[in-house]
Amino acid sequence: MTDFDYAPALESRSIVTIESEYGHFINGEFVKGANHFPTINPSNEEVLSQIALGGAQDIDRAVASSRVAFESTWSKMPGKERGKYLYRIARIMQERSREFAVLESLDNGKPIRESRDIDIPLACAHFFYHAGWADKLEFAGVGSSPRPLGVAGQIIPWNFPLLMLAWKIAPALAAGNTVVLKPAETTSLTALLFAQVCQQAELPAGVVNIVTGDGRTGSALVDHPGIDKIAFTGSTQVGKAIARAIAPTKKKATLELGGKAANIVFDDAPVDECVEGIVNGIFFNQGHVCCAGSRLIVQESVAEEIVSKLKVRMSKIRVGDPLDKNTDLGAINSAEQLSKITALTKSGEDEGAMRWSPECALPKKGFWFAPTVFTGVTQAHRIAQEEIFGPVLSVLTFRTPQEAIEKANNTPYGLSAGVWSEKGSRIHWASQQLKAGVIWANTFNKFDPTSPFGGYKESGWGREGGSHGLTAYLKSAEEGGNNE
Amino acid sequence: MSDRIEVKKTYKLFIGGAFPRSESGRTYEVNDHKGGFLANPALASRKDLRDAVVIARTAHISWAKATAYNRGQILYRIAEMLEGRADQFASEISALDGISIKEALKEVHLSVDRLVWYAGWSDKLSALVGATNPVSGPYFNFSIPEPMGVVGAIATEKNSLLGFIDAIAPIIVSGNSVIVLASERAPLPAMSFAEVLATSDLPPGVCNILTGSKSELAPWFASHMDIDGLDITGVEHDLRADVKVAGAENLKRIHSFADGQSPARILSFMEIKTTWHPIGV
Amino acid sequence: MEFYGLVDGTEISLRKFLQTLSGVDQIGAEARAAMLATRSIKTSAKNWAIDLAISMVDLTTLEGADTPGKVRALCNKAVRPDSTDSSVPSVGAICVYNDMVAIARKHLDSIGGSHVPVAAVSTAFPSGRASMAVKIQDTQDALDAGATEIDMVIDRGAFLSGQFQVVFDEIAKIRTLCGTKAHLKVILETGELVTYDNVRTASFIAMLAGADFIKTSTGKVSPAATPPVVLVMLEAVRDFHQLTNHKIGVKAAGGIRTTKDAIKQLVLVNETVGSQWLSPSLFRIGASALLNDLLMQRMKARDGFYPSPSYVSID
Repeated sequence: MTDFDYAPALESRSIVTIESEYGHFINGEFVKGANHFPTINPSNEEVLSQIALGGAQDIDRAVASSRVAFESTWSKMPGKERGKYLYRIARIMQERSREFAVLESLDNGKPIRESRDIDIPLACAHFFYHAGWADKLEFAGVGSSPRPLGVAGQIIPWNFPLLMLAWKIAPALAAGNTVVLKPAETTSLTALLFAQVCQQAELPAGVVNIVTGDGRTGSALVDHPGIDKIAFTGSTQVGKAIARAIAPTKKKATLELGGKAANIVFDDAPVDECVEGIVNGIFFNQGHVCCAGSRLIVQESVAEEIVSKLKVRMSKIRVGDPLDKNTDLGAINSAEQLSKITALTKSGEDEGAMRWSPECALPKKGFWFAPTVFTGVTQAHRIAQEEIFGPVLSVLTFRTPQEAIEKANNTPYGLSAGVWSEKGSRIHWASQQLKAGVIWANTFNKFDPTSPFGGYKESGWGREGGSHGLTAYLKSAEEGGNNE
Repeated sequence: MSDRIEVKKTYKLFIGGAFPRSESGRTYEVNDHKGGFLANPALASRKDLRDAVVIARTAHISWAKATAYNRGQILYRIAEMLEGRADQFASEISALDGISIKEALKEVHLSVDRLVWYAGWSDKLSALVGATNPVSGPYFNFSIPEPMGVVGAIATEKNSLLGFIDAIAPIIVSGNSVIVLASERAPLPAMSFAEVLATSDLPPGVCNILTGSKSELAPWFASHMDIDGLDITGVEHDLRADVKVAGAENLKRIHSFADGQSPARILSFMEIKTTWHPIGV
Repeated sequence: MEFYGLVDGTEISLRKFLQTLSGVDQIGAEARAAMLATRSIKTSAKNWAIDLAISMVDLTTLEGADTPGKVRALCNKAVRPDSTDSSVPSVGAICVYNDMVAIARKHLDSIGGSHVPVAAVSTAFPSGRASMAVKIQDTQDALDAGATEIDMVIDRGAFLSGQFQVVFDEIAKIRTLCGTKAHLKVILETGELVTYDNVRTASFIAMLAGADFIKTSTGKVSPAATPPVVLVMLEAVRDFHQLTNHKIGVKAAGGIRTTKDAIKQLVLVNETVGSQWLSPSLFRIGASALLNDLLMQRMKARDGFYPSPSYVSID
């Protein structure tokens, strides 16, 4: 052996028990579904389990259960007690964190390193953070006697299944709402494990209901008249459909939608950390990240150096088995997503951008896409405009700071952006100019429950995290028609 | 007694600091509360709206860069200008609404006070709703409210002056620019207010005023892809769902308000921006 | 070409060059090192790494209490780290003070260890606080005694007061003195330079002035060879190679006590500069206690059960 070949270091999957079939979690119990669909391991297409396909009746029962729990129990419970339930949930999630991590990687395809070190700890942190809010709501910023909204219908995506669940459920419960949550079609397993956590925590029945299913299940939830609040994370297209659907109603909504984040590199950037940030920005979670730094906008004078270092760094990315502790880039979540990435990258080539990927052997079974960078990209290219939601970076260049900002803002999205420079005043200037809800300066893809997350423009409505996210689940005592 | 013939005012639009007629050449008749003719203000078209949005977008960029102190001073200056012309506005309101001059003057004074109230908010918003967030790691993380960009407003039919002030002041105080559709029934105080704005150091294009038909223009406000937010307080309830559906196309932030004087009116048209930066040596 | 054609020996040219270096973001560098520390090196890869690490150890004794007996014992260990297993490679070098060089050299040669070089710490190690004349004499002594590797310290006082050219000139002089007789390792004492920006700057000064290796620490100051410091130095070496096509070695010294620590260092090397540097000619680990931990881990891999320290020699 001349090269340092890391032998496979597989996380054991024996820690998880996957049932052959799952029902919905309604009113504190698992109930059988009428129809089922398979959920697979995207890294090898193994069928992991059969998931219940929720219909209008399931949603109806779940909403009814949540309504009863809201009226009779949860909204009446002192915040102090609600908080203790959230603490319990957080603790049990921590205790079972390895189980969650393995299950997440199996069902989603993300590397165990990320589910273990990022998704699960952050999900726990969200419950801890919001547990502390439950008895302090009068300080959240909506007046001295804030009230919960009622029953929240929450629809989450497949890219961070448990973490998005935590982002949704923790603030809703802390504020005194009850929830009906629909996990993404391809990634229901950790939500169903979370249901077990709710049971272990003895959370009152109906406070959390989980109905699995596909887009139709989600629509039924959005359209249900018993819902007071919609919280959705997913595509901008679906977000707009939800906005239309609830237009005639009194339902409130927070929407966390797509993005096409610019990652701006100035010539005085700390080069190695910047290259690392670029890699983290676009290859974290296979690029299945709404805030991914998918457009690298680099000062022309350093573009060659940055791109050449980036390529060297990309060749070190370890693509493979998500359960291998040394894997950096796991599987694409679904065949559907893979074909979307494939089609968009093809358009990049067709439109004349230069495509490059490091040599890397991709597994034969499962859904895989090599880390890819396109150079010679201009704003007019589809790959510079459309969200690819995969490990594909487009590189554009700029000459002046103003030009960088113009290009960065030249998108209907406005979720996040990155800025790299060692000059403090320039960082603040750029941060101020960028039309995006989250600015990562000399870092990228950092998340924290205390930090509001959410976008400008077509990246959505509202924020999640911090007091700003919490208030999306509260109304002031006076609030009636105000602030529809 | 003089039998002098009065020189009457032509009520036009207010776009980019100028007073153009509608590009459509249209006007409509506005009458006093007894049905007597008062004026022929412009019946703005969707193209007038389109032109105003372009101008508002440019104006927003520099207006947002103005210091909060400066924006507050300018709003306060607007209040000063209004105060000085209280009688003129009172007589317009009195004619339109059929209330006594004394009552109308009350509304003018309330409007002045409302402007002063909003002016004072300019340099307090960040402290009120901004935050430094204690993230778990070596990062400085702060959230601040920022203006959204270009915001549309459909002013209420009630209180032709005060309702109009409530539509514009909270939107512009944070650094947005606004295109406001004045009360359809009683647009004259709004158009006279344009004269106040024109003499009060507010940069051209920050506040643009249209007069015309609500049912005709509200859908164009809602569907315009370069309008970021929309105050539909003046839109009748049965039309709101359609407006929201149209506004969903660019996920416009659409709000209506019961209270005229509320920080929610400002904050609803701001975005929270959160910045992360490492703390190291 | 002298100084790789990048500088001409004048202060202005050095300053100009150093201005071209990008900064290092502390948090980003530490995050990268921490991420690489999560690499899980198992089974065959671990066995390979252990032997490689043994061959990279600069087995070191730098105590006031060093005696000829202690040095000879260390030499025995260096040549055959595990007397019960001849497949264990010799270490990379023996590292001693200059008065012990001749003793070490002679003993190594007498026990079949002529392939193990002797490194001498030099230039008023560890503080570097002496006149240039003394530093030259210190180095000359070591060379005369048979040292083929010189581990010199830089003048941190000069560096921290901004006299980069003083630092450069000292290294260049010692470089000339070493000639072709000895490899020059330049100790930056990163624990006293404190910032990664300084580490990167000092790394380049040393490389430009003629270092064959850049070395983190004397072992007398803490922190020493932390993963991020080594990462930053490896990045400097990688950039220098890109610039000049010359491969400069890195020596991580101080604080590396366990096999786990050592393997983390090898992962840093592998993923920063690449496998070409995974050789004792380009990467060394300055250590003393580490060797025994490597040997015990090796026994565990060989025997399948955990060994007792009683079975590993203490020297």
